[in-house]
Amino acid sequence: MDNAATPGEKHGMTALPLLDPARAAQLAAEFGLKPDEYERALGILGRTPTLTELGVFSVMWSEHCSYKSSRVWLRELPTKAPWVLVGPGENAGVIAIGEGLAAVFKMESHNHPSFIEPYNGAATGVGGILRDVFTMGARPIANLNALRFGDPALPRTRQILDGVVRGIGGYGNCVGVPTVGGEVNFHPAYNGNPLVNAMTVGILRADRIFTAAATGVGNPVVYVGSKTGRDGIHGATMSSTEFSADSEEKRPTVQIGDPFAEKLLIEACLELMATDAIVAIQDMGAAGLTSSSVEMAGKGGMGIELELDSVPQRETGMTAYEMMLSESQERMLMVLKPGREELAESIFHKWELDFAVIGRLTDTGRIVIRHKGVTEADILLAPLESEAPLYRRPTEETPKLPPLGEVADPLGLLPALEKLVASPDLCSRRWIWDQYDAQVGGQTSKRPGQADAAVVRVEESVDAGGKLAVALTTDTTPRYCQADPEEGGKQAVAEAWRNITATGALPRAITDNMNFGNPEKPRIMGQFAAAVRGMAAACNALDFPVVSGNVSLYNETEGRAILPTPAIGGVGVLEDVAKAVGLALPPACDLVLVGETRGHLGQSLWLREVAGREEGPPPPVDLQAERRNGDFVRGEILAGRIRACHDCADGGLLVTVAEMAMASGVGATLEAEGDHGFWFGEDQARYVLAVEDGAALLAAAEAAGVPARRLGRSGGGDLVVPGAGAISVAKLAAANEAALPALMQGV
Amino acid sequence: MKAAIVHFPGTNRERDMAIALRQASGQRPQMVWHRETELPQGLDLVVLPGGFSYGDYLRCGAMAAQSPVMGAVRDFAAKGGHVLGVCNGFQMLTEAGLLPGALLRNATLRFLAMDCTMKVERADTAYTRHFQPGQRFRATMAHGDGNYFADDATIERLEGANRVVFRYDDANLNGSRNAIAGICSENGRVLGLMPHPENCVDPLVGGEDGLPLFLSLAESFAEAG
Repeated sequence: MDNAATPGEKHGMTALPLLDPARAAQLAAEFGLKPDEYERALGILGRTPTLTELGVFSVMWSEHCSYKSSRVWLRELPTKAPWVLVGPGENAGVIAIGEGLAAVFKMESHNHPSFIEPYNGAATGVGGILRDVFTMGARPIANLNALRFGDPALPRTRQILDGVVRGIGGYGNCVGVPTVGGEVNFHPAYNGNPLVNAMTVGILRADRIFTAAATGVGNPVVYVGSKTGRDGIHGATMSSTEFSADSEEKRPTVQIGDPFAEKLLIEACLELMATDAIVAIQDMGAAGLTSSSVEMAGKGGMGIELELDSVPQRETGMTAYEMMLSESQERMLMVLKPGREELAESIFHKWELDFAVIGRLTDTGRIVIRHKGVTEADILLAPLESEAPLYRRPTEETPKLPPLGEVADPLGLLPALEKLVASPDLCSRRWIWDQYDAQVGGQTSKRPGQADAAVVRVEESVDAGGKLAVALTTDTTPRYCQADPEEGGKQAVAEAWRNITATGALPRAITDNMNFGNPEKPRIMGQFAAAVRGMAAACNALDFPVVSGNVSLYNETEGRAILPTPAIGGVGVLEDVAKAVGLALPPACDLVLVGETRGHLGQSLWLREVAGREEGPPPPVDLQAERRNGDFVRGEILAGRIRACHDCADGGLLVTVAEMAMASGVGATLEAEGDHGFWFGEDQARYVLAVEDGAALLAAAEAAGVPARRLGRSGGGDLVVPGAGAISVAKLAAANEAALPALMQGV
Repeated sequence: MKAAIVHFPGTNRERDMAIALRQASGQRPQMVWHRETELPQGLDLVVLPGGFSYGDYLRCGAMAAQSPVMGAVRDFAAKGGHVLGVCNGFQMLTEAGLLPGALLRNATLRFLAMDCTMKVERADTAYTRHFQPGQRFRATMAHGDGNYFADDATIERLEGANRVVFRYDDANLNGSRNAIAGICSENGRVLGLMPHPENCVDPLVGGEDGLPLFLSLAESFAEAG
C-alpha cells in the first residue's frame, strides 16, 4: 500500500523523525486519542507516527473538529430550502435574502476558554466566529451571543460574567461590528461551566461566495494575518474533555485576542476578495494550521505541501508540532491563483499584516509538512476524513415528568410580578448592553430592548435604493430542555421563529450551537438525540432549516453536566425596514393576545422564582399553532396595523405585558380575568399585540382561525390587573433595572 | 461641500460618517489613507472618524496623531481649514495638539455604549448653525475613554472663550470636567466631540437628532463653494 512507503526516500530528504512506538502510544493517550482511534491512525499511516503527525490526528479527530459523537444525530436536521445557498459543512451557512444579496451566519461556542480566562475566552470566541463569516467573503454586520452563567449569588459567577461581557465588548467594539442582541440565563448547573456562544451575521453578494475547497495543482498556499506563537496548542483537545480541579492549570491553552489585527484582516481580506485572486480561503480556527490546510486540500481533493520555515513566527525555536497545533488568533490560509501573489501581498502589506507563501497544492492527495529540511509529516488526506471516528453512542431517554398538578399562589399576582421582573433571568440586561456598541455601522434599526429580535438594515440594499433588513435573535430555554429535551429542542427553534416574526420579519434559517455534557454518558447522549429530534420537527414545520452549527460536548465539571442547551441563532428577512415593529407599548391602544392560554405552570419561571420549585413538564409546543399564529401576526404587522408586538415567553403573559409597558413607560388597564396560571403560565405560540382597532384585529383573527382575545387598553402610568389592583410601571421598571447593577456592584 | 475622511488602521466609523455627510450634502466624501502626506486640493472639511486606531493599544489616538497624514491635517487647520474629530478623532485632535486637554478612561471604568443627550452651547459655528443655542439633542455614545480632562487654567480659558460647543445634559457618565462633550479651536473651525451624531441621521436607524450638525456643514460649505 502506498501509505507504507517511506516518503522521506521519495523526496530525497532525511527520513521522517518517527516516534518510538511505546512513546507514541503513550503520547496518543495524552493527546486524547482513544486506543482504538490510535490503532486506526496507525492503520492509515502504515507505520508509527511522527510527533507532528500524532498532533494532526489528535486534533482532527478530537470531538471539537470531528463531531464524532454528534454527526450521526445532526444528519436528522433539515438543511435545505430554496433560499439556502450554502448549508452545513462550510465555515458558515449562507441564505439568499433578496436583491441578489445573501446573509452568512454561524454561532460557535467558546465555553471552556471562557471559564478558564473569561475576558480572552469570550473575546477570542467573537474573533473566531467573525473570521468564519468574513472568510466566506461577507462583511460582518452584526454580532449576537447566548450566555449562560452559574448561580448569580456566587462571586465567581459575577467575576466570569464581568470578564465575558468585557471580552465580548472589547473585541466587538474594537473591530467595529455592532453587538445587537443576545440572551443571558443563570442556573447553578453552569457554576463550573459557563456557556459563551457567539454568533456573527455578514452580508455578501449571492454570486460572490468564497469557500474552502482548494483547486489547481501548483497554486500557492498563502498565510496571512498575525504571526504564529505557542498559544492555544491543543485548545481543540482541551475543549473535548471534561473539566477537573486542575483546569486552572490549562490557562496557557487559552488564546489571546487582538481585535485590531482582526479589523485589519477583515479589511485586507475584503479588499483582496474584490479582486479575482483567491481560489479558496479558510480561517485558522481550532487546530489552526492543521485543520485549515487539511480541510482546504481535503475538500478540493488535492494534496498540499507546507514549508514551515516560511510561517511568520512570533517566537523563536518553534517546532513543526507547535506550529501545526498553535491556535494563535487572527490568521487565515488562502490558495491564490498563479501569479496573483504580488497583488495580494501589496494589499496585506498596506494593512500592515504578515503575508507569506508557505506551500503549494499538489496532486498527491497527501499533506506533507517540512521544517528545517526534515519531513515532519506525510499523511494521506482522504482517510483522515473518511476514516475519522464516528460514534453512535448509547442513548438513554430522559423520562417524562409527571404533570405538575395544582399549585397554590403563595404571593398574589402583583407581588409575584414585581419579584419576577427583578429575578436574574428576567431583569433588565441594560448593564450588559450598555457595554456593547450596538450602533457602529449606522444600520441598527432595533437594538437590544427595543424589539423581540434585533433589526439591522442592509447597507448594500440602501446603496441600491432598497430597504432590506435582517432580523436576528438567539434563543433557547435550557430548563425546558432539561425537563424534556425533545419539547425543549422544539421550543428553542419555535421561540427563535416567533421572536423574528414579532418584528414583522420572515424567519428564514437558523444556526445551532449544541452545548451538552459528556456524550459518553447515555443520559447525555439521549438528551442530545432528543433535542435534535425536537429541533428537526420544528425546523420542518416552520420552514426554518439549519445552515450552520457547532457542537460543544463535555460541558461538565467534576462529573456534573450543564443543562442541555441547544442555542438557536435565527435569521429573518424584512423587505422594508420601515415596517419593523418594536415591543414598546404606545398609549391609547387595544391590547390583544394571540394564541391559546391553558395556564401551563410546569417549568415556568413563576414556579421557580415564586413557588421555589423546578418541576413538571415544560409547555408543549404545537407547531401547527405556532405556524398559524405567527403567520397571522406577521401578516398584520406587514399590513401596518400593529403598533407593538411582543411574544409571550419566560414569565408568561403578565410579564410580557409588563415588559411592553416598561419599554415605553406607558401603563395598561387589563380587563381579562385570570389566576396565576393564566397570567404566569408559559404556554407557547402566543403574542401580545398593541393595535389601534382591537375589534378589527379580533375579527381578522377569527376569520383566519387564529385564537385571539382582548386583554385591555394601554394608557396611564399603572398596570391595572383585575382583582389584583394596580402597580406603577415606573416602580416595576426601577426594580427591573436595578437588579443586575446591584448584583454586579463592586465586581 | 468637499469633504475628506481620513482612514487609519483600526478606524471603524468611516462608513457611518460618509453616510451622514452624503445624506446632508448629497456629495460623497473622499477617503484618505493615513499614509498620504498630502490632502486632496480644495477641501472644505477634513474628518477624523471614530474607531480604535492602532487598537488603542497606546493612549487612544496617540499613534494616529503621528501618522504621515497628520502633518497635512495640521497645515490644513493652520490655514483656517475645518477639521472635525469624532470619538477616536477627538482623541487624535488632543494628541496632535490641535485641541487642548485629554480624554481619560471613563469614570465608570467601563465602555459606555448608550444614547446621551447633549446641549448645544454655541450655534454660531459651521457645525452648529442648524441648532438653536441651548438646544438639546440625542446622540450615540460609544467609548471607553471619553472623560474630558484639562487643568483649571485650560478649562477656564475654554469656558471664557466660549469654546465648549457641546455639553452632556442628562448625565455625565464618563466624568468629563464641566460635562464637556465637545470643544472647538479658538477660531471655531476645529471641533472635537465624543458622541456620534453620524449614527443619528436617519429616522429608520437611530433617529435624526444628529442631522442638524451635518446640515450645518452642508449649508456652510454650499455658500462657501
